[in-house]
Amino acid sequence: MTALLEVTDLRKTYGGTTAVDGVSFTLPPGGALGLVGESGSGKTTTARMLVGLERPDSGSITVLGQPLGAQVRGRAARLARAKAIQIVFQDPYLSLDARLTIGATLDGVLRLHGQGDRVARAARIRELLGQVGLGDREAAALPRHLSGGQRQRAAIARALAVEPAVLVLDEAVSALDVSVQAQVLNVLTDIRREAGIGLVFVSHDLAVVRYVCDEALVLLRGRPVEHRPMEELLDNPDHDYTRLLLDSVPHPGWDPESIARRRRAA
Amino acid sequence: MTLLSVEGLTVELPGSARPVLDAVDLSVAAGEVVGLVGESGSGKSVTARSALGLLPAKARVTGRVLVEGKDLVGADAAHLREVRTGVASMVFQDPRAGINPVRRIGDFLTEPLRLTKGWSKRQAEARALELLAAVGLPDPPRHLRQYPHQLSGGMLQRVMIAGALAGEPRLLLCDEPTTALDVSTQAEILALLGGLQRERGLGLLLITHDIELAAASCDRVYVMYAGRIVEEASAGELFGSPRHPYTRGLLGSTPPLTGPLERLRPVPGAPMSLAESAPGCAFAARCDFAEPGRCDQSPPRLLPVPGAADRSAACVRVAELPPVVATEVRS
Repeated sequence: MTALLEVTDLRKTYGGTTAVDGVSFTLPPGGALGLVGESGSGKTTTARMLVGLERPDSGSITVLGQPLGAQVRGRAARLARAKAIQIVFQDPYLSLDARLTIGATLDGVLRLHGQGDRVARAARIRELLGQVGLGDREAAALPRHLSGGQRQRAAIARALAVEPAVLVLDEAVSALDVSVQAQVLNVLTDIRREAGIGLVFVSHDLAVVRYVCDEALVLLRGRPVEHRPMEELLDNPDHDYTRLLLDSVPHPGWDPESIARRRRAA
Repeated sequence: MTLLSVEGLTVELPGSARPVLDAVDLSVAAGEVVGLVGESGSGKSVTARSALGLLPAKARVTGRVLVEGKDLVGADAAHLREVRTGVASMVFQDPRAGINPVRRIGDFLTEPLRLTKGWSKRQAEARALELLAAVGLPDPPRHLRQYPHQLSGGMLQRVMIAGALAGEPRLLLCDEPTTALDVSTQAEILALLGGLQRERGLGLLLITHDIELAAASCDRVYVMYAGRIVEEASAGELFGSPRHPYTRGLLGSTPPLTGPLERLRPVPGAPMSLAESAPGCAFAARCDFAEPGRCDQSPPRLLPVPGAADRSAACVRVAELPPVVATEVRS
């Protein structure tokens, strides 16, 4: 089976600063990779390169065997790029068109991607919203009339409407209330299993990454320090930095003092 | 000694369907770390701000907010100023929004001391240097001359904490102090807050949406939902055996970092907004255990849990609910 996504040796610098260096990974159909690290680790830059919002200095990105060109010119190429990879950003307040109802937003995406029949589109919209736990009421609402969690689910439905091979989520659940976050996490695990969509899941929350992903790539100052199956990484972290991240997660018997000392020593 | 005692505090805003706060009772004693946990709109921030007498304008307020025994509800400006400058202070979530970006760190720290205490510039600067050292910043003289954009989020949160300590408060209110920070920075800030709290015997109210953070760092925790306290317990008990269905739901929604990984059982629906109200328990519409005729009649009161000392829950069915299998504890 060909890989959904193959990323080889990505590198990106801004002026003299190296944001990402030497990031490589492969995603099988239905696979899920967590990109883990702190602010400035290069995880968002990597996500943005995957969807073409940043151009890598070097390295390659291949989706279903097709290289993602640096240049996307013309309607056909743009639609193909959209079908390859979609992204959901952290902030559901800014990523939807404020003047369109959720239903109209989805309708536009489906029309753009060649679904000409209005009845078929309406059925598909209902199906997509149902997948993320939204209904007719939300379809008729403007984004500002929905809660943050509903908006984020609408943003996920919008990305899924394209039927992408790969979905990139950049801290897409971080701003949600935990009860709503759990709903969205279940949606993500379902679409992986049912539709075989590959996920690249950017998050600083290791427990959430564990829930969604099979493997994780830990980034430190733009460089990968560890890339392993999630359970192995949690049970037996190789790198001091991974261990520090793990111990930083609050848990019973937590000792923030020792983490502060280790960070000072590092 | 009780530093903060909120008694039956109800805050109603014109145009909202339910009170922002509904008969909230809460206390913080000197030397105690108390957690206040809840989702957006639960009223946790409003509760914390009430301890500084910062209640929304146009709100109808009943109940009492006693800080060191004196009521802040309806207090005059002089009394409020005394509390805000010397007894209680607040650390906010986003230091970039809480510190003036066009003034130097030194101005942020010295201005209140000069204005409220009438100190000289030199006196105030000497104190600011002490404060910056106390919060563990590496180079206090240099930081005094720096602007907020020259510091990282974690460093700036330390500056915010230094500012909160300037008036030598006895009560520190921390409203999501680490939500905007990385996990390892979060640990550093909590180590700092814990150290300061112990050294100075402060009462600390930690507001967070992160139930695991509250369990790991507090002595006692209150859980809020839709403007009401729904459960109160020691941190260990709350985490090990939550009693209120909402607390159970929060724990069931949090993916574990260790132990078996089962499918999450999220609380259905969304937290109740200010535009919604319910005649009975506000959580009933999302609750697996809700019973028509009992849960939708009148709001359940926060009562001691039968057979469990020192803990309370606001649920009419609390004694009948099946026990929760304790979450696996990571050693």
